[in-house]
Amino acid sequence: MRNNIKVLINGIVKENPTFVLLLGMCPTLATSSSALNGMSMGLATLFVLTCSNLAISSLKNLIPDMVRIPAYIVVIATFVTIVEMVMNAYLPALADSLGIFIPLIVVNCIVLGRAEAFASKNKVVSSVFDGLGIGIGFTLALTILGALREFLGTGKIFSMTVYPENYGSLIFVLAPGAFIVLGYLIAIFNKLQKKTN
Amino acid sequence: MEIIGIIIVAVFVNNIVFSQFLGICPFLGVSKKIDTAIGMSAAVTFVITLSTLVTYLIQKGILENFGLEYLQTITFILVIAALVQMVEIIMKKISPPLYQALGVYLPLITTNCIILGVAILVIQKDFNLLESIVYAISTAIGYSMALIIFSSIREQLALTKVPKAMQGVPIALLTAGILAMAFMGFSGIDQVFK
Amino acid sequence: MAKLESTFKNMFLSLFTICLVVAVLLAQVNKITAKPIAEAKAKKLENAIREVVPPFDNNPVAEAYKIPDGAGDSLTVYPAKKGDELVGFAITSYSNNAFGGNIQIIVGFDTNNRIVNYSVLSHAETPGLGAKVVQWFKDPSKPNRCIIGRDLSKEKLSVSKDGGNVDAITASTITSRAFLEAVNKAYAAYTHTIAGDAASGATTAGEDAVSGATTENDEDIASDTMINENNKTTEEENHAE
Repeated sequence: MRNNIKVLINGIVKENPTFVLLLGMCPTLATSSSALNGMSMGLATLFVLTCSNLAISSLKNLIPDMVRIPAYIVVIATFVTIVEMVMNAYLPALADSLGIFIPLIVVNCIVLGRAEAFASKNKVVSSVFDGLGIGIGFTLALTILGALREFLGTGKIFSMTVYPENYGSLIFVLAPGAFIVLGYLIAIFNKLQKKTN
Repeated sequence: MEIIGIIIVAVFVNNIVFSQFLGICPFLGVSKKIDTAIGMSAAVTFVITLSTLVTYLIQKGILENFGLEYLQTITFILVIAALVQMVEIIMKKISPPLYQALGVYLPLITTNCIILGVAILVIQKDFNLLESIVYAISTAIGYSMALIIFSSIREQLALTKVPKAMQGVPIALLTAGILAMAFMGFSGIDQVFK
Repeated sequence: MAKLESTFKNMFLSLFTICLVVAVLLAQVNKITAKPIAEAKAKKLENAIREVVPPFDNNPVAEAYKIPDGAGDSLTVYPAKKGDELVGFAITSYSNNAFGGNIQIIVGFDTNNRIVNYSVLSHAETPGLGAKVVQWFKDPSKPNRCIIGRDLSKEKLSVSKDGGNVDAITASTITSRAFLEAVNKAYAAYTHTIAGDAASGATTAGEDAVSGATTENDEDIASDTMINENNKTTEEENHAE
């Protein structure tokens, strides 16, 4: 159990997909225009990641090595399609605002990366914990990025006004702001990690 | 006229990297040198055109005919993966020099979200076959342009002094942010062609 | 259990089984979610209609019909009725000339040519600039830009920069022009509808509206001078686009 918790924490801090592994940049930049959008995208990815890790590590002995990549892609695409259908059915507004980035979870390198690097080699339980950890790390990163951009751009966090919108700098909600805020966040994370080491 | 509008919008206004945020991973990964950037651009242009054509036909011919639209994501990604593999094998047999030049980029392309993204976007935008192909090619041109501009800046950047924490990806992201601002200047330019 | 070897038979069987299981699973999920997805879509449209026309108790979606807009395309009209009496129309309209390309709106009219409300169904405008279109023309405390309650038989809507009667969104004249184009298009369809049916109901109710309409015109004249002053600033702000 202690080992599993270590795997979980590892995914959140030491192998944080956004700040350390630098994977899954497209949804990170595109869906972090507000804290809520960022968090929803993070949670959708968390779900896919955990389920695909679970499925792949329990099927790992049934999948011959040479066809493993197509098999993983099919499994991942299935869970993505399920997320897509459920969101369209019960959270249509959210599905609209995340748009094309939901089906694109399939090609998010985090998901296939974890399947290949962790789930195909480890036991089911620790694979689930790895999926959860990386997923939470991704969700946290997206939420922080989204909250910062929303705060700087519109003066709100989770749609709650902090300061009047007129003082916000719109550029942070638009495309350039995504690159710039993420660039500074990664730099800060680098600095902090160096200090703790 | 409609077609020119699609081209201008896809290349400049809604540039795939700077305003749609697709294909960022390879954009950051292979943009350290101009040579690799050009190789990647060529490979993307080739695959994107082919895959958009095939997925479009599959969507209209099979999925919509049998009411299987919900299998879109899974079908498209499998088709693209198979297509990339096939291109690799055929290229190796027919044109070894071309394979030498582009071969290393091909496996990277399967997980490049531009390919799947464009395949899905042309369906969402309700384009016809000609418009889809034009859109795919112009998106690839926009991507190539972004990649080549960015890599030439990064070649210069490698020679400058950057604070330690900012080295590598952070400074690259800031550069991309400034480029994205520049590209915002193109917005509305398509109005001229109406 | 040992790992399966990569023989052709194993590879084929393994992939085939996975695909089969996946197909069955997805078909089941699709069966469960197909109805809620359709309902969510229908509800979105119904809510938009409810927002833009006076209270009704019929089913406008079921009674919808198409009206040509005179430009080779047709708009959908959703008639709203209370009991047997017609209370208004919700009309979906669009423009392809917005800053981000296409903009889809739904406009509600009562039976006397007046705009009851509008709602933007989809747009691709710049956040913070053109995207303000969702609320901008609704604010009753700003009569120069509010289009609610305007009688379109007396005035055609256009932005003040073009010598019209509606103040454009700051720094987003193109978006505003496209929006008003869509509203005018909807009104054109509305006049066709009115001419076609419900002629009697529309004329009697029309008399009541006259007094209200004149007072509104007075306001417009008063504000015209202000608009001229504003013109300069709007033009400067336009460069921001």
